[in-house]
Amino acid sequence: MAATLSPPRLLPSGDSAVTVEFSRNIDDDANQRVLALDRALAKAVIDGVTEAVPTYRSLLVHYDPGRLAFDALGEKLLALASQPQPPTAQTRRWRIPVAYGGEHGIDLEDVAKTLNTTPDDIVARHVVGDYRVAMIGFTPGWSYLSGLDKSLHMSRRQNPRLLTPAGTIGIGGVQTGIQCLAGPSGWHLLGRTAVRTYQLHRNPIFLTEPGDRVTFFAVDHKTFAEQDRAAEGGEIIAELVES
Amino acid sequence: MSRVVVASIGPASSVQDGGRPGSQRYGLTPSGAMDRLALAAANCLVGNELFAAGVEIGPFGASFTARDGAVRVAIAGAPRNADIGGKPVTPETSVTLKDGETLTLGFARGGAFSYLAIEGGIRGEPVFGSLAVNARAGLGSPYPRPLQAGDEFGVDAASGGPERRIELPKAPSGPIRVVLGPQDDEFDDTNKALFLNSDWKISATSDRMGYRLEGPVIEHLHGHNIVSDGTVNGSIQVPGNGAPIVLMMDRGTSGGYPKIATVISADLGRLAQTSAGTAFRFKAVSMAEAQDEARRFAQLLRGLPERLRAADSVELNIEALHDANVAGHAVNAVDAGTWQVPAEP
Repeated sequence: MAATLSPPRLLPSGDSAVTVEFSRNIDDDANQRVLALDRALAKAVIDGVTEAVPTYRSLLVHYDPGRLAFDALGEKLLALASQPQPPTAQTRRWRIPVAYGGEHGIDLEDVAKTLNTTPDDIVARHVVGDYRVAMIGFTPGWSYLSGLDKSLHMSRRQNPRLLTPAGTIGIGGVQTGIQCLAGPSGWHLLGRTAVRTYQLHRNPIFLTEPGDRVTFFAVDHKTFAEQDRAAEGGEIIAELVES
Repeated sequence: MSRVVVASIGPASSVQDGGRPGSQRYGLTPSGAMDRLALAAANCLVGNELFAAGVEIGPFGASFTARDGAVRVAIAGAPRNADIGGKPVTPETSVTLKDGETLTLGFARGGAFSYLAIEGGIRGEPVFGSLAVNARAGLGSPYPRPLQAGDEFGVDAASGGPERRIELPKAPSGPIRVVLGPQDDEFDDTNKALFLNSDWKISATSDRMGYRLEGPVIEHLHGHNIVSDGTVNGSIQVPGNGAPIVLMMDRGTSGGYPKIATVISADLGRLAQTSAGTAFRFKAVSMAEAQDEARRFAQLLRGLPERLRAADSVELNIEALHDANVAGHAVNAVDAGTWQVPAEP
């Protein structure tokens, strides 16, 4: 039998949610445990639990205090978290096209300069990565990916940009990610993808799930423009590989 | 079908309902009314479901005109002057606008948000079960953005039923109650005490995403960066400049600043209705008390239909009758049996 796992911390997030924290840091093992608890909780179907939100190192569990008290829920969550969870039977992998550099990746050259190498080398290091969706958050579809090569770890920009384009593929700290909607960002922008991880009036509205695998491949800017038009019409563009 | 035309409206006004929880794991914030009790009261007055979509009206004025028939509406929330063609309208009372008549609302006198409920609700296409506007995500129906003059809603013709008023309990006063955490251990005792014992004011730059607080600078123990984790309505995060922000209905679903405390759900609407510049304090309560309050608040919402009265009914003051010991004697007189001591079996 596998040993019992170390218990997470239960942190109150008001009267209707609890944060189940596995680590204070970005930590792959912690993220695996977050996703495992998320799956276990979905399977357990606890009356009163309304929604669970996985992030890098914790699972935020929303619940109705009219049906479930903090202590009772806490006990159940600790029991679920102490049991090693079987890995998912199926892993979904998305292959995502990216137009790197130029107007779509305005920081690529600066990143290369900072790391004393060429833009092509940065792209090579980025497309070789095998990433996992550690969490989706902040704005709809913004997929935070773990698994960025150590040589690409960089602190965020001193001055975050107030507006960065939809579909931006960037790096910040130890993370890379797909930013679906235009918005503010302090990350370094390497490229853009036509893939919409969130798109209304498309089935499914959300493409990526926490736990999905992601790899990138480079496309030229002309291909991006074509894919962008197709995506606007509701095409999914990203290739899905189930394994 | 009748129509309600927005004749004029200020900023920070949009269609809101109970929101769309359930997709926060995809980064989609639930949105919904800033003051749930006020929206529910307005809906109750016109016979709608408590969290049907209504118009959330910001601190400035607004006016609405009925077209193609009569419509029945009600206003609740922040106090403000209201009239139809110069004739004053009592708040928290349903009223029927005849075809062509205009309901005019003044600026909020204290508070921030009022709710216009329309009998039969607003017609639109729900996404994830909600018409609530979330402009950043392009969501909301019939308009996925704040309202503008000239916008209109397709609505039911007025039923012609009797007008009603609603007797709401006196809004609680006193500090806004919080539960400490989830990251209160990122602050030392001095800074936690500073947070709990200082006067705060809501900055004029606040919006549906967050209420920025003005007051003393709260210092972190280990710097202001934490690994992003999930947020809730009422999370109080402290960014690098030490000025707390209470996250509201259009918040980001995750955030990377330490959260010192969380406003209890029963007090969130009250905080939302605190006008910019008014001093207030926070008070820490236990989880048990916060959850008791949440259950009491849920009960208040469920019980709203029982608080409806005919609009012209005379107010019967039960408390005054009790004080005079009239009601008590009357009950004892007709039901003397309740005072008998049951026999031991």
